[in-house]
Amino acid sequence: MTGDPGKMSCEEFQAQLPELIGSGEDVSAHPHLESCDRCRALLAELETIAEAARQLFPSVEPPEEVWQQIESALKREST
Amino acid sequence: MGPQFKTPVVVDALQTAATSIPWQRGSERKRMPNSSSPTQARSGPRPNGGSEQGRTAPRQTNPADAEVLTRAQAGDHEAFAQLYSLHKRRIYSLCLRMVGNVAEAEDLTQEAFLQLHRKIATFRGDSAFSTWLHRLAINVVLMQLRKKGLALISLDEAMEPAPEEGPSRSFGAPDLTLSGAIDRLALERAVADLPTGYRLIFILHDVEGFEHNEIASMLDCSIGNSKSQLHKARLKLRDALRSQKRSEERP
Repeated sequence: MTGDPGKMSCEEFQAQLPELIGSGEDVSAHPHLESCDRCRALLAELETIAEAARQLFPSVEPPEEVWQQIESALKREST
Repeated sequence: MGPQFKTPVVVDALQTAATSIPWQRGSERKRMPNSSSPTQARSGPRPNGGSEQGRTAPRQTNPADAEVLTRAQAGDHEAFAQLYSLHKRRIYSLCLRMVGNVAEAEDLTQEAFLQLHRKIATFRGDSAFSTWLHRLAINVVLMQLRKKGLALISLDEAMEPAPEEGPSRSFGAPDLTLSGAIDRLALERAVADLPTGYRLIFILHDVEGFEHNEIASMLDCSIGNSKSQLHKARLKLRDALRSQKRSEERP
């Protein structure tokens, strides 16, 4: 593996990607991406998916009955 | 900063809370990463699309929440009801995304909070309460999946699916890109089809907004493992969304 991040292969870059993304660094500024459309597209798609998950899956309120059932179960347990 | 592999005191509290996580094999328990950043309960998903910087700063438990927790631990029913109100959305949503069925998610939520009621006195505040509660709920969900035969002998297996189940690599020529908006139903379908371990990590991180150190605590894995499994989950979703798109575009 070369020490120059700009000369890294796609395989090398993608092997490091989970750590790069998870570290909070600005991966889009990585030198490999300057010359690699394929990895740039990959990164953009992964970001799109993470963003979509956040926007499309809001948290949901459970129905009131769930709490009522919990309360009755607790009453049963305490008697 | 790389993960520091120490076994913090929190592990005892977590073990007490969830004594029978089905995928834990005693001899193979991974050492827990240093998770010294207690996180207070969040009321809902928070933004986490891009940089994760700043997400690892220790968060203090809100004194009002801590007071409710202490009262609930002492057996105050009203305080327990308040805890339910604070955490019900996240726990129910987690169950719903994991099992994909409203009635089952309601039962699992009920079971998770009943277990919380039984075990709350053992919570010692070494970890964030919401992390502890999530671990307990994850245990309930995995037990249910196991009963249904969708299980997993171990999370290790769930996290390392057979090679044909893993995401494809992306060294070939770029073909179809996921341009524009992703359809909610398409994403729901793709998430539902993920292997359980990938689905769990994806939901915890990208949907619920937990950080890798918190997920590592919940699942007893390393922070690096959490990062790499999340990455594989996203790659697999990308594959699934692409093939859905491809089949829609076929005349």
